Amino acid sequence: MSTLDSKVPSGPLAEKWTKHKNTIDLVNPANKRNIDIIIVGTGLAGGSAAATLAELGYNVKTFCYQDSPRRAHSIAAQGGVNAAKNYQGDGDSVYRLFYDTIKGGDYRSREANVHRLAEVSTNIIDQCVAQGVPFAREYGGLLDNRSFGGVLVSRTFYAKGQTGQQLLLGAYAAMNRQIQRGKIKSYTRHEMLDLVLVDGKARGIIARNLVTGEIERHSAHAVVLATGGYGNLFFLSTYCMGANVMAAWKAHKKGAYFANPCFTQIHPTCIPVSGDHQSKLTLMSESLRNDGRIWVPAKLEDAQAIREGKLKPTELAEEDRDYYLERRYPAFGNLVPRDVASRAAKERCDAGFGVNKTGEAVYLDFSSAIMRYGREKAMTSGMKNADDKTVRRLGEEIIEAKYGNLFQMYEKIVDENPYKTPMKIYPAVHYTMGGLWVDYNLQTTIPGCYAAGEANFSDHGANRLGASALMQGLADGYFVLPYTIGDYLSDDIRTGPISTETPEFDAAEQNVRGRIEKLMSASGQHSVDYYHKKLGKIMWNKCGMSRNAKELQEAMEEIAALREDFWQNVKVTGKADGKNQELEKAGRVADFLELGELFAKDALERNESCGGHFREEYQTEEGEALRDDENFKYAAAWEYTGNPRESKLHKEELVYENIEVKTRSYK
Amino acid sequence: MKLTLKIWRQQDAKSKGKMVKYNLDNVDEDMSFLEMLDILNEGLIEKGEEPVEFDHDCREGICGTCSLQINGRPHGPDRKITVCQLHMRSFKNGDTITIEPWRAKAFPVIKDLIVDRSAFDRIQQAGGYISVGTSGNPVDANAIPVEKEMADQSFNAATCIGCGACVAACKNASAMLFTSAKVSQFALLPQGQVEAAERVQNMVKQMDLEGFGNCTNTGACEIECPKGISLENIARMNREYLFASVKG
Amino acid sequence: MSGMLKSSILRKVVMALSGLFLVSFLLLHFSINLSSVIDPELFNQWSHFMGYNPLVQYVAQPILIAGVIVHFVMGFILEAQNRAARGKGYVQYKGSANAPWVSRNMLLSGGVVLAFLALHFYDFWVHEMTYKYVDALPEDPARYYEETVAKFVPMWRTVIYMISFFLLALHLWHGFASSFQSMGINNKYTPALVKFAKFYAIVIPGGFAFIALYHHLNHLAH
Repeated sequence: MSTLDSKVPSGPLAEKWTKHKNTIDLVNPANKRNIDIIIVGTGLAGGSAAATLAELGYNVKTFCYQDSPRRAHSIAAQGGVNAAKNYQGDGDSVYRLFYDTIKGGDYRSREANVHRLAEVSTNIIDQCVAQGVPFAREYGGLLDNRSFGGVLVSRTFYAKGQTGQQLLLGAYAAMNRQIQRGKIKSYTRHEMLDLVLVDGKARGIIARNLVTGEIERHSAHAVVLATGGYGNLFFLSTYCMGANVMAAWKAHKKGAYFANPCFTQIHPTCIPVSGDHQSKLTLMSESLRNDGRIWVPAKLEDAQAIREGKLKPTELAEEDRDYYLERRYPAFGNLVPRDVASRAAKERCDAGFGVNKTGEAVYLDFSSAIMRYGREKAMTSGMKNADDKTVRRLGEEIIEAKYGNLFQMYEKIVDENPYKTPMKIYPAVHYTMGGLWVDYNLQTTIPGCYAAGEANFSDHGANRLGASALMQGLADGYFVLPYTIGDYLSDDIRTGPISTETPEFDAAEQNVRGRIEKLMSASGQHSVDYYHKKLGKIMWNKCGMSRNAKELQEAMEEIAALREDFWQNVKVTGKADGKNQELEKAGRVADFLELGELFAKDALERNESCGGHFREEYQTEEGEALRDDENFKYAAAWEYTGNPRESKLHKEELVYENIEVKTRSYK
Repeated sequence: MKLTLKIWRQQDAKSKGKMVKYNLDNVDEDMSFLEMLDILNEGLIEKGEEPVEFDHDCREGICGTCSLQINGRPHGPDRKITVCQLHMRSFKNGDTITIEPWRAKAFPVIKDLIVDRSAFDRIQQAGGYISVGTSGNPVDANAIPVEKEMADQSFNAATCIGCGACVAACKNASAMLFTSAKVSQFALLPQGQVEAAERVQNMVKQMDLEGFGNCTNTGACEIECPKGISLENIARMNREYLFASVKG
Repeated sequence: MSGMLKSSILRKVVMALSGLFLVSFLLLHFSINLSSVIDPELFNQWSHFMGYNPLVQYVAQPILIAGVIVHFVMGFILEAQNRAARGKGYVQYKGSANAPWVSRNMLLSGGVVLAFLALHFYDFWVHEMTYKYVDALPEDPARYYEETVAKFVPMWRTVIYMISFFLLALHLWHGFASSFQSMGINNKYTPALVKFAKFYAIVIPGGFAFIALYHHLNHLAH
């Protein structure tokens, strides 16, 4: 087992980034014109990196499978983006954001990266406001904040429930400016199918034009993968339908280590599954937990009656309700981190207190917030003796102003009015903390291949805090990568254009064509979705919110068998030389079928419970996670050796010089 | 629930295309419209036929990818939602549902129900941004206070998801609502003032070049917009454009 | 004009301005017509003034004719462009679900009004021109009332006029209010403005129809 060099600069934590920026090599503006960079993925990380690198003068090519860069799934992020601005004067600081993020990640993230993230967080807000991102404001015209799970300050900037959309459109606008200048060439409806290495360095990609089916070669001096997470491994998730691991997985197979694949975030507040036809799950923003109270009936017979439709939740008296988060975690209450809230919901439902037909749902109730806001509004409007109905109406108006679009979304899907009856929610796969291993410069173990945003294993350790994903994506793209990539590219100023007519490109293209042919010529028994759903079931049941060694081992066997079956019997209709969504899906699912096995292996290897990774064997008597810092305080980076189960583990020991590693407690 | 579907099938941009009839019987009213199509496709694949291709991605109404004309209306019969948010409870047992791609000269069909909306990207590229550097902005965010009312209006305009329902609904296939939403977002903010005149002229020029029709103020776009983007934005763009033209 | 034709927004502004000009002309026309119901003498005076005042004849009249031509020509150009912009049409298109009939059928209402104008020009303008310039007959300030009333004797003409006024009302119902939007006027006064425009769209064509009907029935009564 080798040790991984994270290339964290020396010196005091708070000065590392500044010092690093001052000492790394730069490329002069005239030379940047001669350097090409490929960016795969155009979400927050990819879009912002593309815009900034193009602005610096590099020639950028962007690739996305969507029909426009604006549609990347960052757009669906609802709640907000964190930044240590301390505009509220509630004691926030870079250090506190750093500390909260490390603690929220259950001490499994890299200290120096997280501190850098906290440092640049404030720049993000300045940057986005200058770009015209319409953040929510107070009546005085200044920016408004709200608070999110796992922290005790208000540091989240937001644009109603559409913060991701507004930030992505900001990055997309910045990209458009560079496209207009001719500095970015945008390839939409293109999918990266392989990474091309020349002399051990990433020098290009093979991509498929999804409209014509053409296989294309694209070269560059460096390749940035900003392709998001791999939560679609579970089939049902809050990810978009097209989200996939292909780019990252291809890089992994070419030598990039894959870190902590089992660190997956199961988000506590999603709309529950309604039936077998379900194709995806919809998130209800964590910001709702600011005002919503989570509960289940305190008595089993009430839960039973509710499930059978004999009892309505609104009919249940206060004392018959179990506000289990407030009960178990009095300090943080409904605002505990996501992993804690999700497990608590699962615990209640497993114990028989679930409130929908499937028994897998809990209530998120706004009635007390509605009345509280309503009374406040009545007072400030001079209505001293407003009746309950008026108070409720006023309160509903305030809730609507805050969360209107989310409530509307809920009502459209579930056909129930959440102003009148509590929402039903259940945890769902939402984010993957794991991803390609990168050093401090965001470079993977392949020279010249970088990973940004959710695609890297990054800054969130074993659990990500709310409103931190947007922060990380933009930090990587706008402020980190544009500096660090220059250090690598400074060696390439004399390289000249990279030719695509080389044996390396030939081989990669050959490989890609062979794989497509193989997919198209399988026996044709079952559809791609059939396999994807099967994989999802294995993952959810055996690698989901709680895991144990026996089931993880079973999962590995089952996934391997399913993969075998897939390659022999999958049915891909249509032709390869044109638009073919089945072929696109097949390629993605094929990768998931490999990653799934590594995922289970990683979970099996990690004999502790931390963050989103909960091993049933390792818990306290109260059912809280039991971390093992002595043996597992490392990032597990896996090297591909030809078969997922034989992947080789490399450890990056995590060093905490600046904070005391403690048991995480939200009590 | 049993349904008859009439769906536009077209192999590629060059092929002619035609409506094809399908029958579907095990439709659950809790399904989303796209899940209903998933079931249809699963059945087609089983029979060895090519599934119906349609654009979709986030399936929660925000990415703007899905784009179906259902029974003569973009995103179907319900208001203020996208197709992926449309549920089968909006239909009745025995219904016949007609499904077509968006129709506009500027949105050529790629395959079946998928159209090419890159014209929208080019309109944005023509000026849908504020020309500030992205690699570090020295001005503190709160140094630019923005009146809440303006910020909210700007946000409302900015919620456009670029799906193209406005074009699909408009009898003239006009892209004025889309273009005006972006123009408005920036016109309402102090940050956007500097380039306002240039922006509106360039974006409108590109919009016209793409071959969209002229706005005749029928208001169909506003009704069908899944995000409820207001016609006020079109008036604002007209105003901005006129001032810009007068300014020269 | 060519510069204006290049921009969809300016094309619409030309449409709006020429439309508003015609709307204001309607009011003038209506006032004169109304006088025919109140006092034939007054009607004759006004008509004579309009027919022989050089400013009206050589400045206002050409502008009006130009306004009419611009409005109609531009209307047809816009319609042609708009149809081309759709390209291949829908198998099913439910326009009624999201836009009022009048707003979707401005070509129809406008076309009928145009056809009506041809008749109207033939009836009055061509007659005037022939009287003044071809036959070069002398000025007769008292002839107008009788000439006008005579036109409404035949039932067919009265009916055509009535139908045309109805379509004019539909055209104005959408067009008048819509012209403000085209020129970028949409503010807190807009709802009141739109109400006024719709009021106007009913009252003025209604008034015209009343006058035509009045003369027709008046003749029958005698």
